[in-house]
Amino acid sequence: MLKLSRYVLYDILRNKIIIAYTLFLLLVSLSMFRMEENGSKAMLSLLNIVLIVLPLVSLVFTTIHYYNSYEFIELMLSQPLSRTRILLSEYAGVCVSLLSSFWIGVGVPVILYAPDATGFALLFTGTSLTVVFTSIAFLAAVRSRDKARGIGFALLLWFYFALIYDGLVLLTLFAFSDYPMEKFTLLLSALNPIDLGRIYIMLKMDISALMGYTGALYKDFFGSGSGVLFTAGIMALWGIVPLWLALRSFKRKDM
Amino acid sequence: MIHIEAVYKKFRRLQVLENISARFTAGQVIALIGPNGSGKTTLIKSILGMVRPDKGTIRVKDHLVTGNPDYRQFIGYMPQIGRYPDNMKVGQLFEMMKKIRGIESVDIDLLTRFEIEKIYEKPMRTLSGGTRQKVSAALAFLFDPPILILDEPTAGLDPLSSEILKEKIIQEKKKNKLILITSHVLSDLEELTSHIMYLQEGKLQFIKDLETLQEETGEIKLSKAIAKLMRGQETSSAWIDQLFAVEQNKENPQ
Repeated sequence: MLKLSRYVLYDILRNKIIIAYTLFLLLVSLSMFRMEENGSKAMLSLLNIVLIVLPLVSLVFTTIHYYNSYEFIELMLSQPLSRTRILLSEYAGVCVSLLSSFWIGVGVPVILYAPDATGFALLFTGTSLTVVFTSIAFLAAVRSRDKARGIGFALLLWFYFALIYDGLVLLTLFAFSDYPMEKFTLLLSALNPIDLGRIYIMLKMDISALMGYTGALYKDFFGSGSGVLFTAGIMALWGIVPLWLALRSFKRKDM
Repeated sequence: MIHIEAVYKKFRRLQVLENISARFTAGQVIALIGPNGSGKTTLIKSILGMVRPDKGTIRVKDHLVTGNPDYRQFIGYMPQIGRYPDNMKVGQLFEMMKKIRGIESVDIDLLTRFEIEKIYEKPMRTLSGGTRQKVSAALAFLFDPPILILDEPTAGLDPLSSEILKEKIIQEKKKNKLILITSHVLSDLEELTSHIMYLQEGKLQFIKDLETLQEETGEIKLSKAIAKLMRGQETSSAWIDQLFAVEQNKENPQ
């Protein structure tokens, strides 16, 4: 499998979009750290960028890459290679290139300027979000034959996870504000990887005091060892399940 | 070498393949012909396992195509339109193919005759359509496979390269290989084929060897023989007329 990924990776790393993405992240992170006096404020701004931009770029880049390599996938299918191997190689190639962009663009500045627990939480979240949204994008791309529909669907998913979901959560909390909702909000956060990442980092930042009782409960939960395991586990599920579904429909697909 | 048994395939509501059965053996050169949308490419893709038939089975050298993908090592495939990763260099593509198959290239005849080694350092995206076609052809023949599947091999090639490719196909035919070709240029096929397989609207109209076809119709030229055979059937005659006009234009260019 590595044989194939190497070439996919090699192709993507020369892609101008990936280079631009890396430079963009690098520029943003460096300017945040250089301009903000307060380190944790810089981190907060960076966090917002990571949570919005990373999923968007992962989704759009992955879907476009998939459609562009459609003929290449066809060529691979005419070789003695199994479909599972072909899709996983593509996935590994895309994922590794997006991750290396993130690690160069955000990882290096964070390690230079803020190598603390919050910094590493940010890197963990960024890495997970890249893996998760690459998976989700593969599912969207494999499922729809039409390029425009696939990219549209990926964008819709981004809108849902980054914007609409929070609104829905607020609405639910508001509607049921008379009831104890703490445990329930914990569950809600697990249903959106972006939220999960945000909460995980926020709690590392010691601003949970601002969030009242729910914040205290979160702090109690996410601060503990089981909370870290919970976050990692849910993120892993978000990465594996969409990829597995994509693989299943890719195996049955007519090219 | 290839056994196709009662294969059906439907895309949405369109029946693309309907009860196709055929048996191809080594040494045959089969020309797969028919109007656009008659299911030629779908049939080829089914043999390669890219399209899964709804019903029926296809076996290549007794391996079911829906099972283990290893049977594809016996097949060299040249697609209708070859597209490759934009940033990959030509040399890397060949290197990758060798790694995938786990063997060194065996037959570099086309590689040298198309002078592909000279463009090893060029990225794939800078190549013209015809040059890509040459790369696809060289790849199909590279590992000296016992089965060759060529989808419109001469489309987009200049006359000289087209001639080189035809010579190569004749050479391979003598090595007792099974070759499957689709093409709309009947005069190209004439020198190559031993059998004609005619598909229309997903149905197999006939599969005959060239001599029988010539005897039955009393025509020597392939295009005329097929035209005569198909004239009776109304649906196909329009296509044949069109094809005929093109061929005649080629014979007497103004």
